Amino acid sequence: MQRTEKQEFTTSRGTRFMGISLLIGIPTLLIFSFLLSPADDNMDDAVRLIYVHVPMAIFAYVAIITTGIGSVFYLWKKSRWWDTVAHASAEIGLMLCGLVLVTGSIWGRPTWNTWWEWGDVRLVTTLVLFLMILGYLALRQVPANPDLRAKRASVVGIIAAVNIPIVNRSVEWWENNTLHQKSSLTDGKLENLTLFTLFLGFIVVGISFLWLMTHRFRVGWLAAEIETEGIAGVIEERLNEANSGAANPNYQQKDDV
Amino acid sequence: MFRDAWLVTKKDLLIELRSRILINQIAPYTLLILVLFGFALDADTETLRDTGPGLFWVSTLLVAILAIQRSVDVETSDSAIDRLMLSGISPTSIYLGKTIGLYLQLIILEALLFIVMVVLFDMSVVNYPLVVVSAVVTTLAIASSGTLYGVIASGLGVRETLLPVLFLPVLAPAVIGATRAFGDAFGRVNADGWAWLGLLSVIAIVYTLVGMLTYGNIIEDT
Repeated sequence: MQRTEKQEFTTSRGTRFMGISLLIGIPTLLIFSFLLSPADDNMDDAVRLIYVHVPMAIFAYVAIITTGIGSVFYLWKKSRWWDTVAHASAEIGLMLCGLVLVTGSIWGRPTWNTWWEWGDVRLVTTLVLFLMILGYLALRQVPANPDLRAKRASVVGIIAAVNIPIVNRSVEWWENNTLHQKSSLTDGKLENLTLFTLFLGFIVVGISFLWLMTHRFRVGWLAAEIETEGIAGVIEERLNEANSGAANPNYQQKDDV
Repeated sequence: MFRDAWLVTKKDLLIELRSRILINQIAPYTLLILVLFGFALDADTETLRDTGPGLFWVSTLLVAILAIQRSVDVETSDSAIDRLMLSGISPTSIYLGKTIGLYLQLIILEALLFIVMVVLFDMSVVNYPLVVVSAVVTTLAIASSGTLYGVIASGLGVRETLLPVLFLPVLAPAVIGATRAFGDAFGRVNADGWAWLGLLSVIAIVYTLVGMLTYGNIIEDT
């Protein structure tokens, strides 16, 4: 199959717009985080980490929920589009989950005086979520029939998404077993520039998520095309070769060599 | 549905009773793990008592992997699952039946493990109801997710390596909760063991429901 030049790229007007927005948004967020917003009375400079930690945590949840939704729709509709969405979203979710754990750990050291607290349900369940997505992606890499692999990965994706409420509500459910603070947004303690910077963080991380998601989806779609249509193309090529070989007396000689 | 599930359970238990793999191979492996933990922790009884609840559940998980693989092997060898599907039993009933079968096998292994641990580690129980209830709930979480993940990892040629990667993270919160509950029941940790049962129950119910809803999709291709 002859592919046009346009199909070989994963960019579009929309992704270019998002990319340019990020080129402006990321430096702006850094300026607000490190220079313009004040240090916190209790957390001191460690508060600056929440401008990326909290948005990344929220979008990690969004990514895994998207994987769950994509998985449910794949099992329901058997559509490759939904399967590609689930796969792309899981990869971004894994990256965000990993960054949440790293930034959370760095934040925890000065605030809780420990890099890691095993008694904290939210921390532990976020790590578990990270490991579950790792398992999901390991399953996606197994060489197998794409439909069979997608079907099984969908079930793992649904379980990962179902695990989200356990992660998110764990602080409220088992308050006695956690060091984790309650939601900074809903308790209304954040004000003015701190709140603005946090929302700026949400916008920047949100656009990053959409930008990565779009590109990863298109790469995944092309990879799936190669996997399915590529095999069909090779078979067609071989059949043509065989047919032309039958008509061409030199073909047999070439094969013998 | 439950009548059919019970038929599947009886079939699995009958196969185990005849093959005796649970008793002859998996149970000795369980004991071996506990003995090795004893060696690894330098035969310090106090340390063994403190870590006993955690060692118990880690041992259970390792043994569960073998039991899950065994449970899947019974269906995949000689395409037995095709005959089971042709018998008209719904996938949900098959899932429930295999979960209950695995559950009962794990309960037997846990009872054995518990007795050996109490003897070898010289442990005393201060809250028997908590031990029983937390074991009952946690084992349901292990059996329900194990039955589902066992089928997910089967037939891909990488089951031995893929199953632990998929299965163990799913059970990690259950192990934490169960260890805390057991720690409280043995009087080794200052935690409210009953509070952790909430987490364990949520996990057990969620995984059972997801398994009931999705098992049919996977089992078709096994």
